[in-house]
Amino acid sequence: MSNPTYMDYSSTTPVDPRVAKKMAECLTMEGNFGNPASRSHTYGWEAEQAVDNARKQVADLIGADTREIVWTSGATESNNLALKGIAHFYEKRGKHIITLRTEHKAILDTCRQLEREGFEVTYLDPMPNGLLDIEVFKNTIREDTILASFMHVNNEIGVIQDLHAIGDICREHKVFFHVDAAQSVGKIPIDLGTLPVDLMSFSAHKIYGPKGMGALYVSRKPRVRLEAQMHGGGHERGMRSGTLATHQIVGMGEAFAIAQDNMADEEVRTRALRDRLYAGFSDMEEVVVNGDFEQRIGSNLNISFNYVEGESLLMAISNIAVSSGSACTSASLEPSYVLRALGLSDELAHSSIRFSVGRYTTEKDVDDAIILVREKVQKLRDLSPLWDMFKDGVDLSTVVWAAH
Amino acid sequence: MAYSEKVLDHYENPRNVGKMDESDENVGTGMVGAPACGDVMRLQIKVSDEGVIEDAKFKTYGCGSAIASSSLVTEILKGMDLDEAVAISNSDIASELALPPVKIHCSVLAEDAIKAAVADYKEKHNA
Repeated sequence: MSNPTYMDYSSTTPVDPRVAKKMAECLTMEGNFGNPASRSHTYGWEAEQAVDNARKQVADLIGADTREIVWTSGATESNNLALKGIAHFYEKRGKHIITLRTEHKAILDTCRQLEREGFEVTYLDPMPNGLLDIEVFKNTIREDTILASFMHVNNEIGVIQDLHAIGDICREHKVFFHVDAAQSVGKIPIDLGTLPVDLMSFSAHKIYGPKGMGALYVSRKPRVRLEAQMHGGGHERGMRSGTLATHQIVGMGEAFAIAQDNMADEEVRTRALRDRLYAGFSDMEEVVVNGDFEQRIGSNLNISFNYVEGESLLMAISNIAVSSGSACTSASLEPSYVLRALGLSDELAHSSIRFSVGRYTTEKDVDDAIILVREKVQKLRDLSPLWDMFKDGVDLSTVVWAAH
Repeated sequence: MAYSEKVLDHYENPRNVGKMDESDENVGTGMVGAPACGDVMRLQIKVSDEGVIEDAKFKTYGCGSAIASSSLVTEILKGMDLDEAVAISNSDIASELALPPVKIHCSVLAEDAIKAAVADYKEKHNA
């Protein structure tokens, strides 16, 4: 059996061969293997140069200064460092934090930990389209609010928050603003030279770089200070100790440089593929796109095929690698908390599939996916008692179910 | 997650999919589960005047294991009397399909569906 067609680029991406080549050059005796912190010989100097070069590649893509980039092991670590680092450094100023219920678990779980440490966190509900209600946010800010954290692009539904509008409010109220940009960087423009953002988290593996590699942008103007979470040799200006992983850093830099060169074209191309995919489903009955369709990243389609359970659909379309908001894909019985926060019924949340296309997706991949999904949705609806009831005109919300 | 061959077989080629007339005196219908939990099974049995299950049909909204559990149940019910039917336990279903622990609830649901269908039939005849 041939490998399934990969349509789960929001989950991770393969390393671009150009990136892999650069990384491989930083490993062996013949390569650039030195410790970038070694000051006494050429091995160290060359490694340091490679790291500096990568730092510039990352900074260039996001309109930042190289001194504002802190290397980390990924967006999860960046999020932890940003939230805990700010909270611990500025706790005398206040102990209130604001975030969104649809954030990634790396934000939500970090907030839970800060709550255990005595901080107070407000988890705002998004609007039904997944976007933050700016007015609600403004009214939630208090005297003791020190930090707001909102993701740029949501990992499940792909909606894009208005960072300018949110950031302006944060500046006005002297609240630090952190953004998880793991899903947006390299896909849509980010210019931290003009964006009112204090901290921003990045990951390499979402844009064809290696896993286990990320960065945190820490603004210099205005100056933002953090309490380190990882102590040691004082690397990264004391904010994150640990020997720099030259090959990983070089990989991230190269991936970001390639993204910068191709971003505009790639956005057009992936958007066209995504729109083609959606056009293949839009005439079907009882199909719902989850999250705002306009203010959404071009590569994401999160769609519910009502009355079909997501995991059984995944099983039926196992020739395509996608993900589902269905409970059954996790060990719990709860469907996606992101979709539930939009106010979706449990049925619709259980019925959702996330397609995310990327650099190596072709039109044929999309066309084949449309045919397969349509056929299998029909097959599963023919098997579904809920579909029968819908067809018989039964309003499912009025049925009393024997919950189990 | 990897599925057993039997689950895949029932899932790919589900047996006895369909719907019988609920108002038929000889038909018992059991509907269990809830959309909120991600699975709903409707199991129907047709019982002869001698008390033997002549036919069984199902429709299921749920994961592959839930579909396979209900499909399997319709096969084994045929030819049984009602006492034999209610004696089928979820562990029989789970072991036959080699369900992993996280999918045991699918076999529990199938057992519940049998009991509900039999209860519905008995209610019709005692009333």
